[in-house]
Amino acid sequence: MTRTFTEAAIAGIGATEFSKESGRSELQLAAECSLAACEDAGVNPQDIDGMITFTIDNSDEIGLARCLGVKDLAYTTRIPGGGAAAAATIYQAMALVNAGLCKNVLIWRAMNERSQYRFGQNPNNMQGYTGGHGTGSLLWCIPYGAMTPASWGALQGARYMHTYGISNRDLGYVSVQQRAYAATNPKAWFYERPITLEDHQNSKWIQEPWLRLLDCCQESDGGVAILVTSLERARDLKQPPVKIAGACQSIPYNVEVISNYYHDDLTVMPEAWGTAKRLYAQTGFKPTDMQAAMIYDAFTPQVLMQLEAFGFCGKGEGAAFVKSGALAIDGQLPTNTHGGLLGEAYIHGMNSMAEGVRQVRGSAVNQVKDVTNVLVSSGMAGAILSKA
Amino acid sequence: MSTPTDTAPKPTRIAPIVTPDAKSFWAAADEERFVGQKCGDCGRFTFPPRPMCPHCHSLKREEVELSGYGTVHSWTVPRHPHPFGFREAPVVAVIQLDEGIRMVSNVVGVAPEDMKMDMAVEVGFEPTMNNHKVPVFKPRAQ
Ligand SMILES: [Zn+2]
Repeated sequence: MTRTFTEAAIAGIGATEFSKESGRSELQLAAECSLAACEDAGVNPQDIDGMITFTIDNSDEIGLARCLGVKDLAYTTRIPGGGAAAAATIYQAMALVNAGLCKNVLIWRAMNERSQYRFGQNPNNMQGYTGGHGTGSLLWCIPYGAMTPASWGALQGARYMHTYGISNRDLGYVSVQQRAYAATNPKAWFYERPITLEDHQNSKWIQEPWLRLLDCCQESDGGVAILVTSLERARDLKQPPVKIAGACQSIPYNVEVISNYYHDDLTVMPEAWGTAKRLYAQTGFKPTDMQAAMIYDAFTPQVLMQLEAFGFCGKGEGAAFVKSGALAIDGQLPTNTHGGLLGEAYIHGMNSMAEGVRQVRGSAVNQVKDVTNVLVSSGMAGAILSKA
Repeated sequence: MSTPTDTAPKPTRIAPIVTPDAKSFWAAADEERFVGQKCGDCGRFTFPPRPMCPHCHSLKREEVELSGYGTVHSWTVPRHPHPFGFREAPVVAVIQLDEGIRMVSNVVGVAPEDMKMDMAVEVGFEPTMNNHKVPVFKPRAQ
């Protein structure tokens, strides 16, 4: 294979249904969504030559390759950092294609994260907190009763909310908007179940006085896969090609995933600022070049902090920006138009990246008009997906 | 600081998970000493503990007694799920220590409704399961 620079594109996306109890193995979910992504693209799964997933995915590459009948795998890798680094899968797939090392890179993430184990509950083993997953200092939280992602996320969001006078009610506007999108998305767990600001305010405290239940993403069973190939090849496949205009990762000094309390200024997400800077430099785009955004929404404050990091509004203005209706379908920046991880499902950010692809293709259920570029951000990594 | 007696309830707090690079921190805590890692060459403090100084790359680490004073930089009360090992929901906080480093801990002796950002705190110790102790923080004596 030649080693000249090759433009990369997303040719296929696939998913299982999103549920609370899939009733089958995680490997089966992985196989089903991977096959769906290949069929969507019109690529024979046996021709996959690169495979990427998260370090914490429980399925084995070989196990999945054996299901798909992959003939000759050339490259496998995994990304640490959980959902915060979700877009790093696209980054790595892009780099593999750019370098001419792979032709058909499969990205997958499949989990029974509701029926088999629960990220939202107290941990029953400490395996995920050891080396290799990007979660540097979670061990230091456990003896103090900070045992869940919501508790870690609240400690991160609290200083920001305090500094800019953002109340929990202010956060509610993010949830209400995303549940409105989910309500018209038949694939969403919360299809036809919109909420009001009062519903948000009446939901129980998860982390008092910062996060209520409706500020937190769901726990879900399901799988999502994305197939990355060259732009040239994607043009000959079944779907309109979605060019990966840029993708990158950013982990500034003293930043870590979620227990992220050691960098200088807790009112910002330095990793998102770094991702934004690198992504805009790579592509030459600016915030106003984006017609939509898919922003990792494990918890509502993180949406506001990323909006600020990517320059869609000023520092501390995220809540006012959202309250103005900016994230709505006719707003300044339609965001998480599938309902996000709050409204559609929590497949670790992968389902949001798939929505970015649909928006560029023009096939989303909540389709934004005249989309050329979509920002996909998971905080520590991001990508800009563009019309080819 | 509680003194265990025959009638005192057994501690239910989870013991710290001790990694090789943090061994001296937790060993000192067991003796109710609050120590931090200071670089033996450039004199700067780092947290969490690590084998190498990120500023000058020295491997000479010194465990020095910290003032135990700091402020609450961030805090939350985990309501749901109820954290394992706590009878009442604790106040979890990020403490900004006077030495310029931060750590996660608890604020004890303050009701959640009385919690304030930047309140001055000082170190104390609480027992855990398996006869260990962890540093916690209480409002600083005036
Ligand atoms: Zn040094």
